[in-house]
Amino acid sequence: MFDLDRWDEIFETIRKNKLRTFLTGLSVASGIFILVILLGIGEGMRNGIAREFEQDASNLIFVFPGVTSKEHNGLNPGRRIQLKNEDYDQILRLYGEKLDKASSVYQNWGQVLNYGKESGSYDLRGTFPAYQELENISLTSGRFIDFNDLSNSEKTMVIGNRLKLDLFKEEDAIGKIVQVSGVNFKVVGVYTDPGGEREETRAVIPITTAQKAFGGGNNINRLYLTLKPEDNFDAAVAASSQFSEELEQFLKMRHTIAPDDDSAIRINNYLENAKRFFTLMDMIRLFFWGVGICTIIAGVVGVSNIMLIIVKERTREIGIRKALGAQPISIIGMILHESIFVTAIAGFLGLIFSLALLEFVGPLIETQYIYNPTVNFTVAINTVVILVLAGALAGFFPAWRAARIRPINALRDE
Amino acid sequence: MIEISNLHKSYKMGANSLHVLKGINFKVAEGELLSIMGSSGSGKSTLLNILGMLDEADEGSYILDGVHIKNLSEKLAAKYRNKFLGFIFQSFNLIGYKNALDNVALPLYYQGMARGERMDRAMSYLEKVGLADWASHLPNELSGGQKQRVAIARALASDPKVLLADEPTGALDTKTSYEVMELIQEINDEGRTILVVTHEHDIAQMTKRIVNLKDGVIIEDTLISQNRAAQNV
Repeated sequence: MFDLDRWDEIFETIRKNKLRTFLTGLSVASGIFILVILLGIGEGMRNGIAREFEQDASNLIFVFPGVTSKEHNGLNPGRRIQLKNEDYDQILRLYGEKLDKASSVYQNWGQVLNYGKESGSYDLRGTFPAYQELENISLTSGRFIDFNDLSNSEKTMVIGNRLKLDLFKEEDAIGKIVQVSGVNFKVVGVYTDPGGEREETRAVIPITTAQKAFGGGNNINRLYLTLKPEDNFDAAVAASSQFSEELEQFLKMRHTIAPDDDSAIRINNYLENAKRFFTLMDMIRLFFWGVGICTIIAGVVGVSNIMLIIVKERTREIGIRKALGAQPISIIGMILHESIFVTAIAGFLGLIFSLALLEFVGPLIETQYIYNPTVNFTVAINTVVILVLAGALAGFFPAWRAARIRPINALRDE
Repeated sequence: MIEISNLHKSYKMGANSLHVLKGINFKVAEGELLSIMGSSGSGKSTLLNILGMLDEADEGSYILDGVHIKNLSEKLAAKYRNKFLGFIFQSFNLIGYKNALDNVALPLYYQGMARGERMDRAMSYLEKVGLADWASHLPNELSGGQKQRVAIARALASDPKVLLADEPTGALDTKTSYEVMELIQEINDEGRTILVVTHEHDIAQMTKRIVNLKDGVIIEDTLISQNRAAQNV
């Protein structure tokens, strides 16, 4: 290894065979380069999707009842499940510590709203102040419903921007009275929703008012819940899934629903959906790994091919060297040394080049789905080491064969 | 120096076997300049390859400088070749990407000699063959005669007991051939044992003894009075 003459010989052969060396190096360097770039893009896609989900926050758990599909405890299938205020209160009592925000909704579909000559049919949602954060809506003017409205069953109303435009045109809506089935509501706020126009055709009122004014009794239509944040995404997904599970069991028990009845209580867990995306991402990353490894294998095959050619081409020279007294081990050493040297240098060049590309070009990528592509340095280094070892192994067999060539045969080789 | 008795060698050519050497017996004393003659197919090259440990005999014994050469491992054969023998080939067999000096130094490298000493030694042998000025030239920048001189310097570099020359003038014109033979005679004058394989009579006449081979047996072995090459140049 530290034999200066050996190094001298290697540099000499490399100098005399620039193209051959360049091609060997290129196949190795491009293999490493492609692998690192693929891994980087895989990581970038994962980061990109993670960012998408972070933006919407969306650790929302959304519960709505349906119709039973299975007979249970003597109750027939086809029974409509109705959630009650008590369900909501009980959930708060049992899981209050885990919950960050919670709100129930009593909804009236297709209510006719009047303002002056204008009227239209809109959905009316009775809910709690927490609904604002849960639905991720923001106010363009006025205020949202508050606990005061709730406890006094005030007839206050927050309307979506679309609804405001329909009824009020350019007029200021705050403080105006809107009639719903003969009941007067005072508009206290106007909101906008990132979900789009459809979400802005609703009117939000206190749930207490909604239940009293529209004969809801203590019925509720759905629940919006979020959990307290966890340290990391995986913990959050785990906590969220576990909570959904418990919540489902609890509600099924309360409403006498078969444990395996999937249609009676529906729980839409946004985090679990996100998790599904990430699982898909992991599959894509696995695929990238596969492609990368195949590239490396192609590189190794390339190296061994070139090594075979080198040995073939140098058969005569090897014969001369043997005639002059070269030991077999020195022949193997000479060929292996060159092969390892070239693969190592080329491998690290490919690595450095690809890492530099990720480092400097990565942050400039302005697409929604790729964000901050990086690669694990240890993984990258290991890949180079594996490639060098594979290259050495690929070089060893031709070298070993070369060392066993009988000098007389080698010298005849024209 | 060399003792050979009852040497046999045959090559397998598919189903047939070709019996090339059919019992060769001869001795070479130290300081001899000997030529092995014969038409092509007479077995002279095979004999030289066996003498050079580049090939192995099927039967018979070969003693070189008191050492039995038999069933050598690759490693030991390499060591003996380096220590005992210097080769001169018809096609020179210089390494194309090494300059003249490096080519001459190669056997010394395999002896494990330190670089500085190696280069000094190689240079002195290049001087001896009159090519000191060409030390940094690559083989393809040299004429045929110059190449063969480099090859002779290389064969001498490891200070071998015996020089083996396989048709050393086969690829050269007459004038250059005589120059090369003159060099070989000079080296022999210093007391080195040299075996020359040739099929050219004038070259054989420049040695001191002619061994004539035909169909794998020695048919004639005569001492002759040497023709000095220098007079013919």
